[in-house]
Amino acid sequence: MSINLVVLLYLVASICFIQALKGLSHPTTSIKGNRFGMAGMAIAVITTAALIYKLANDNAFGLSYVLAGLVVGGGIGTVMAKRVEMTKMPELVAFMHSMIGLAAVFIAVAAVYEPSALGITAKGGAIAGGNRIELALGAFIGAVTFSGSVIAFGKLSGKYKFRLFQGAPVTFKGQHAINAILGLAVLFFMFGFWHSESKMDFLIVTALGFILGVLIIIPIGGADMPVVVSMLNSYSGWAAAGIGFSLNNPMLIIAGSLVGSSGAILSDIMCKAMNRSFISVILGGFGAEAGTAVAGSKEQRPVKSGSADDAAFMLSNADTVVIVPGYGLAVARAQHAVKELAHKLTAKGIKVKYAIHPVAGRMPGHMNVLLAEAEVPYDQVFEMDEINSEFADTDVVLVLGANDVVNPLALEKGSAIYGMPILEAYKARTVIVNKRSMASGYAGLDNELFYMPKTMMVFGDAKGVVEAMLKGVE
Amino acid sequence: MTGVDHTLINLIIFVLAIYVGYHVVWNVTPALHTPLMAVTNAISAIIVVGAMLAAGLTETTLGKVMGVGAVALAAVNIFGGFLVTRRMLEMFKKKERKTEVVEAKK
Repeated sequence: MSINLVVLLYLVASICFIQALKGLSHPTTSIKGNRFGMAGMAIAVITTAALIYKLANDNAFGLSYVLAGLVVGGGIGTVMAKRVEMTKMPELVAFMHSMIGLAAVFIAVAAVYEPSALGITAKGGAIAGGNRIELALGAFIGAVTFSGSVIAFGKLSGKYKFRLFQGAPVTFKGQHAINAILGLAVLFFMFGFWHSESKMDFLIVTALGFILGVLIIIPIGGADMPVVVSMLNSYSGWAAAGIGFSLNNPMLIIAGSLVGSSGAILSDIMCKAMNRSFISVILGGFGAEAGTAVAGSKEQRPVKSGSADDAAFMLSNADTVVIVPGYGLAVARAQHAVKELAHKLTAKGIKVKYAIHPVAGRMPGHMNVLLAEAEVPYDQVFEMDEINSEFADTDVVLVLGANDVVNPLALEKGSAIYGMPILEAYKARTVIVNKRSMASGYAGLDNELFYMPKTMMVFGDAKGVVEAMLKGVE
Repeated sequence: MTGVDHTLINLIIFVLAIYVGYHVVWNVTPALHTPLMAVTNAISAIIVVGAMLAAGLTETTLGKVMGVGAVALAAVNIFGGFLVTRRMLEMFKKKERKTEVVEAKK
């Protein structure tokens, strides 16, 4: 197998990866796209195996190590993919980011200690200056991705007692100064490695990467996790591209850049949806102050509350209903009950639609997957921009476990969430809100929607309430 | 173009690939952003190529351990990423078939 053929096959694989992303433009083409992705990966792996066989002078012994790694890792990955619950997707994604990060570190270490094996130098030769920078950079980004993702994983799962794994931000005095000093130290040792190829300097850069990854993520609060997961997605791509630069492999650069830009775009979308600048998310600390500042200063205001039966009556008499699901709905595992309710209403000739805010779940598009799992047809599910113009013509809006994303305070200048795009549920003729209590959302603000005369609150666990509504509708 | 530095050519590829990625990803429907993240996890596991070279061609124990470890870590993502993406996408597809059946009945 000539090296030119190898490079051409790598090009084919790269095109397959682009096709995989392109397929995701619509649910009907997405499965085909995913097949393209798998095919691309298979081409890349088989081509590389053939290349190794040739470079080892037709000796297959080295390949047995490769196979061992593939079998072990592939087995673990397959089991995880089959077993993971859809509500746990953010954790799985964070876990997978950490895998990429650590793998990038491992490859960079192997490349620094045995550059000739990876074709970076001739046997016994020194690594070229440019390659040294690329390797140090690849290892550093990989290390940050790994430790940052581990912290993000802990914060997302929320079941570990360890302080760094809790949703509340960890802040301390001089935090940013320490990060800046460590950042400068990274530059210093990277220069050292570039200058002298000292392996010690390389290892220090990697170690500092692990430490910085932890320090960057701990001050970020649980509410900002959708941004963090997207950001780490981006980092894992840049880590892959960095390894591609050092191994001089265009396919790695292309695939890494695709992933890197995808993560960056998702971070941007999430930031806009939460009305937060990327910088302020990174600097962290959000959630803690806002929550305490508002608490206590609130007096109790009267709300109109009703039973699930009242709500069922209102729903049955409507012509158009829009359901606004929030993460509370998924926590209560009420998706199936909601789908049944929508089904019943549709059977009565009522038009039912779902309205999804970009941050309705805990990662981009999370709520869409949760609804899809409950077998809600995707043509009933609408994004914020598509449905906002329709609320004024809607008879009943049913808000389930969502809060800040329907808060009309976002339209008032001077409020803490001013400018955040919201679902304009307050424009509908009547609004039914299901919540467990009057507690405020992540932003720590009272929701004006709850106090409007046309709003009826139905308190209780989402699943119980929706099931009661279902009975009422019958 | 002989004598052009490798790094420069790589940089050209890098910039063009970001450009392609930017345009392709903005076309992804927001409903599929979670599958997008899962599939990009699998795609970034392309570093398995570097890991395989390290596992197959290094001679020292350190090199082999690092290489095999990296292959295993990347393989978790390849299999986990593509399979979980398929699982999610099939949830979207199932509904489509069902609604078609319902409509056909009507």
